[in-house]
Amino acid sequence: MSHKTDVVVIGAGPVSLFAVFELGLLNLKCHLIDNLGKIGGQCSELYPEKPIYDIPSRARITGEELIGELMLQAKPFDPVFHLDQQADSIEKVGEKWKLTTSSNTIIQAKCIVIAAGAGSFVPRRPPLKNIELFENKSVFYSVRDKSRFKNKKILIVGGGDSALDWANDLASISDVTLMHRRKEFRASPDSVTKMLELEKNKKIKFVFGQLDSLLGNEKKLNAVKYKHGDEEFSIEVDYLLPFFGLKMELGPIANWGINLHENLIKVDTEKFETSVPGIFAIGDINTYPGKLKLILSGFHESALMAQKCFAYCYPDKKNVFRYTTSSKDLHKKLGV
Amino acid sequence: MGTIKVKDRDDNVHQLTAESGSTIMEVIRDAGLDIEAACGGCCACATCHVFIGEEWLKKLNSRDDDEESMLDQAFYVKDNSRLGCQLEYTEELDGMELTLAPE
Repeated sequence: MSHKTDVVVIGAGPVSLFAVFELGLLNLKCHLIDNLGKIGGQCSELYPEKPIYDIPSRARITGEELIGELMLQAKPFDPVFHLDQQADSIEKVGEKWKLTTSSNTIIQAKCIVIAAGAGSFVPRRPPLKNIELFENKSVFYSVRDKSRFKNKKILIVGGGDSALDWANDLASISDVTLMHRRKEFRASPDSVTKMLELEKNKKIKFVFGQLDSLLGNEKKLNAVKYKHGDEEFSIEVDYLLPFFGLKMELGPIANWGINLHENLIKVDTEKFETSVPGIFAIGDINTYPGKLKLILSGFHESALMAQKCFAYCYPDKKNVFRYTTSSKDLHKKLGV
Repeated sequence: MGTIKVKDRDDNVHQLTAESGSTIMEVIRDAGLDIEAACGGCCACATCHVFIGEEWLKKLNSRDDDEESMLDQAFYVKDNSRLGCQLEYTEELDGMELTLAPE
């Protein structure tokens, strides 16, 4: 799919959503990309139910509520979301940037705004020797094609929803062992009940343990060594599915030729533009003297970034500074 | 004010000044040691995982449910595993020894 827009925003967290609003007030349309399958970034993924106390004018608001409010605020500007995909590469084509995602979505835009927080959420890999040799062959961090696991010996590791849901699901077609360091699970109570029932009926084996090492050859995993306390065990497996949640990493952005400082993107504090003209960075991912990693800093950065994006998108137009309280033009854009 | 002794992943021991009211994660992070602390200290990741010196364990509050759940996402979890963000430094912990967990 190919799209054209004014600004492509990388990330769909709180700062990205407010950027949609600020850019929208200046008549600039946005497409947003996020590696997660949902909107809201860390607010939705890490702490949806945790209250935040330092959002101006909100004495207390949860991560989920904040994202809901920001979506409402962005709604008049019809942002287009491309979820479950990562911004892979960029290329300058004439006056525009051409951005390609991991799902081959192509977006052409005048400006790129990187609001990627601490980076993309990617599966947390167990720190096991040679695990990379087995990845996508015998070791999988997500399940795309269930049929591959049919009648095979599967070791699922973890105690969260992904681990239990897949253990329960694959139990009907595979020989499933679930491994966890304790017999308490943070997965939803329904999934836990179902798993315990399947275990009782001998459809799932449960073992206490933590991963220790992988045994196999270049083509295939044969067995997994694990420990529980000081005891060592080994289990024969065809496939290993470790589910240890997500971590954040900068990813492909690091290779775009933008000046970085310790995995953060250097920007100026007038326009929050990077070392590459037309590419901006706002929120937790940027750095400048005095930077504080607060959502409110990202909001401020959005407003200033939008001014410069306007200049890039409408080089011949004058940008008249207006307030949302009084401007008829802004009221029209906001639909009020 | 006191100190904690932190062994990094290359077995170097760092003596860090700790102030009451700071968390152990903050003391380690602010000293520039390699601790990811991705979520910033709200017990929503497991990237400030440390091993506490055995003799110091009894001086700490035990893990609560939140911390126990987050440790499910850590590797090489042991009886002396803790998340640094859930440990507040007090004078009683002056001299505490701990080790950064492998990444």
